[in-house]
Amino acid sequence: MMDFGPLWLSAQLASVTTAILILLGAPLAWWLSQTRSRMQPVVQAIVAMPIVLPPTVLGFYLLIVLGPNGAIGSWWVKLTGDTLTFSFTGLVIASCIYSLPFAVQPMQNAFESLSKKNLEAAWTLGASKLDAFFSVAVPLSVRGFISAIVLAFAHTLGEFGVVLMVGGNIPGETRVVSIAIYDHVETLNYAAAHQLSLALIAFAFVTLFSMFLINRRWQSR
Amino acid sequence: MSFFRYFALFAVLASTSSFADESLTIAVASNFQVTAKEIAAEFTAVTQIPTRISAGSTGKLYAQIINGAPFDVFLSADAARPKLLEENGLAVKGSRVTYATGALILWSADSELENQDCLAALKSGSYRWLAIANPLTAPYGSAAKEFLEAVGVFEKIESRIVYGENISQTLQFVVTGNATLGLIALSQVKGGLPVDASCSWNVPSTMHTAIEQQAVLLASSDNADAARRFMTFLQSAQVTTLLERRGYTVPE
Repeated sequence: MMDFGPLWLSAQLASVTTAILILLGAPLAWWLSQTRSRMQPVVQAIVAMPIVLPPTVLGFYLLIVLGPNGAIGSWWVKLTGDTLTFSFTGLVIASCIYSLPFAVQPMQNAFESLSKKNLEAAWTLGASKLDAFFSVAVPLSVRGFISAIVLAFAHTLGEFGVVLMVGGNIPGETRVVSIAIYDHVETLNYAAAHQLSLALIAFAFVTLFSMFLINRRWQSR
Repeated sequence: MSFFRYFALFAVLASTSSFADESLTIAVASNFQVTAKEIAAEFTAVTQIPTRISAGSTGKLYAQIINGAPFDVFLSADAARPKLLEENGLAVKGSRVTYATGALILWSADSELENQDCLAALKSGSYRWLAIANPLTAPYGSAAKEFLEAVGVFEKIESRIVYGENISQTLQFVVTGNATLGLIALSQVKGGLPVDASCSWNVPSTMHTAIEQQAVLLASSDNADAARRFMTFLQSAQVTTLLERRGYTVPE
């Protein structure tokens, strides 16, 4: 019987990361879509950076920043007595940065395509800005949220380079599915590599297929 | 584009491709990459045969070779993969040689271990992380695990071990201070490190299986004569001197 532990760990990592990214990413995406601030393009560029930067760059700096001598890492060691690198928590932080644009951009696009009239109508009817956001903007942007959830989840699931650099390959803690597959290939254990890879391929297809299907249904309404 | 321009382009392409045919493509295990470049440069200086280095992990290069990668010579980080290639007929029978034997060193950059006994610190277990290379994938990792078992601390400190994907990454974990201690390659220390050691201890080679790095001439080489010359050069006194300076031992 093969060990599906790494697959389960990846699913957990992707779920936690996606939840955090939607919660924190939605207000950011909203701000990016509505603001007239001159800082908007700067923030926009920073958010998009993980798309361009190779995972080795992110991984290298995360190893330094999250390490026991780093800005965030040293603070974490004082607080918990444990290091952020080589831990599940560290991987969550790394994944949130790595997958940030994949969550923010679809939501931002959805917010930008909202008709200003709907929001203005809500304001005229006395809704607060927050109320209008939750009762008008969010329901009208469901497709954006679905895309954000699927892309952030899938992108985190496929993460390899960053985890390789800050994870340390600890079973049950940081040995995610991509690392496990890599190890199997390295040790010539091709049968196990095939099993995990095929499971991942099937999962990726089903996820993306469902997203496109849901999007199509929504469109035809 | 005129006909003559096409012709000129064709001539240039033809000449570069014939140049590429003469050059030797050497697949090298990442941990040996820097030393291999020096050896290749000396080889080119002596023979005028140009070389190209393709570096990767031993397992990855092996997978590439069995899938038809156009390499002439394979400098592996272990003995297992070259042996498999020889058995499968992908390497030339009888070409397999141990070109270098690696050594382990216990090493730290942690200021709290300044001038301390590194081995005693390892045994004490009073640190968060000890970095070793993955014993399943890296020869330096399996040697490190054997050493930890030989000194009888492996079970005690197993929960403190963090695994580098290869020996280079293991070094990275220690140099950046993410791991307090590391079992790294002596050749890495000899090659120069960005930070100074606070303590170090040379692991005696009797405490683990020898870290034999073997080379083979690949059967698919379309440049076998040059490849043979390289294999001979690899075992020359000139290369032996270079390897010993780099912290490797060379079998008689």
